[in-house]
Amino acid sequence: MTKKIKRIYLDYAATTPVDPRVLKAMKPYFSEKFGNTMSLHSFGQEAKTALEESREIVANLMGAKPSEVIFTSSATESNNLALKGVALANKNKGRHIIISSIEHACVVESAKWLEKQGFEVTRLKVDKYGLVDPEDVKKAIKKETILVSIMHANNEIGTIEPIEKIGKICKERGVYFHTDAAQTFGKIPIDVNKMNIDLMTVSSHKMYGPKGVGALFVREGTKIEPILHGGGHEMGLRSSTVNVAGIVGFATACKICKKEMKKEGERLTKLRDKLIKGILEEVPGSHLNGHPTERLANNANFSFWGVEGESIVIQLDLMGIAASTGSACSSEKLQASHVLLAIGLRPEQAHGSLRLSLGKWTKEKDIDYILGVLPKVIKRLRKISPTK
Amino acid sequence: MPIYSKIIINHFKKPKNVGKIKNPDGVGEAGNLACGDLMKIYLKIKKNKEGEDFIENIKFETLGCIVAIANTSLLTAMVKGKTIKEALKIKKEDLIKKLGQPLPPFKIHCSVLALDALKEAIYDYYQKEKIKIPEELEKEHQRIINTKKELEKRYKEFRELEREVLK
Repeated sequence: MTKKIKRIYLDYAATTPVDPRVLKAMKPYFSEKFGNTMSLHSFGQEAKTALEESREIVANLMGAKPSEVIFTSSATESNNLALKGVALANKNKGRHIIISSIEHACVVESAKWLEKQGFEVTRLKVDKYGLVDPEDVKKAIKKETILVSIMHANNEIGTIEPIEKIGKICKERGVYFHTDAAQTFGKIPIDVNKMNIDLMTVSSHKMYGPKGVGALFVREGTKIEPILHGGGHEMGLRSSTVNVAGIVGFATACKICKKEMKKEGERLTKLRDKLIKGILEEVPGSHLNGHPTERLANNANFSFWGVEGESIVIQLDLMGIAASTGSACSSEKLQASHVLLAIGLRPEQAHGSLRLSLGKWTKEKDIDYILGVLPKVIKRLRKISPTK
Repeated sequence: MPIYSKIIINHFKKPKNVGKIKNPDGVGEAGNLACGDLMKIYLKIKKNKEGEDFIENIKFETLGCIVAIANTSLLTAMVKGKTIKEALKIKKEDLIKKLGQPLPPFKIHCSVLALDALKEAIYDYYQKEKIKIPEELEKEHQRIINTKKELEKRYKEFRELEREVLK
């Protein structure tokens, strides 16, 4: 018989468990209130009501009008819709787009695809903490620029970007500003008007809602083309039969986050700082990636000299701790994380990276446990390593 | 649960023959720090009753992923006590078979690297002892140093590109 080990989940930035209250709210919408929102009968209307109530709740958490929230299947889809939809609708004005060099793959790849369609893409560098300089945005905007897309917080290193300032610059220059807020929505307060945001990507499964649901905020009057054509759902911007159960779950998660965000943020910040301080003190040759203070309350990302990230993750997994790495050990291609390279890490440093992300069910004793275990793991792997 | 076989996990948890050998008869290195894989193998060679060279002791050091560590551990266990001739006959397919699971394509490289480090260690021994190097081993040695040069070149280019981008 195998001994059951204690399991600690420290990968909340990858995905979160569904809050039991969310699951409870979703349940009636599978077999009982299962209607199609486009149907005229009572089943359809029941579903339609749930959809519109949910839209109001999600809009409320970002300070938007309900009519400005388009439900999608994921943050990836929302980012694709934002970049491709705005680019295609505004190509007569210009064909220039600005992104940062540390965006999520779905923004990076959408921009690359647009390049193939004849658009020009500027990728802004970041400083050693991963911060975009708003002045660089100002300098990069030209007559042909139609869209600036800078993420709210980075998924790997947790750095929070000065998007309010960037949004202000875009507003002054008459350029659409999109931000990928998948890592921040539900975690830090967002007001799309105060922050000068025209389009914003959000995701349900990063904030204790179900997977398969996201949304895109699209400011009223924004010129955007759909990428999914069909029955004209979601104000004609996203055809597909609506995932009512998932959307009800997302809205419930928003309600809970709105209530608990402040307290939870303070609790996690304390745990995060204890974790960071402990690791930097206990592990020689360790380095914190990302900004010391302008960072997500639940993110800690380290580099360890002389070890490889996947080995750390697997070793931790064998001890019951779930973590993540920015390294893909597949050699030859220098395939270290583009984010870690963009903040100036050498590939050999980027390969030894570890991300620990905390969440609602992370307790102080979990932090104590990893502080006891991780220094030993690194020591053991260094013992095997030829670089001492 | 695990994405790796029991054999890989066990070699990773308790790798065999980790460390260095004092005054080794041969040392071989393969891989590149920048790629996240670096392997080093140390050999102690003796003659057996038949007068053939055999690997009396072998140690390794590896920086790399779990598969890289498991591969070097397994290889050292396989060749310890074997003659050099026998050791040189081992192919990456033999290693992969013994690891107990089909490796994803990008991990096959780890098996190749482990064998490369061993071949380089034997090559080093032959050179030190002024033993005539078999044609096959000479070819392999050329391939290994060429890959190394290519990687270093790519790394340099990469760093230059990076400097340019970050200027």
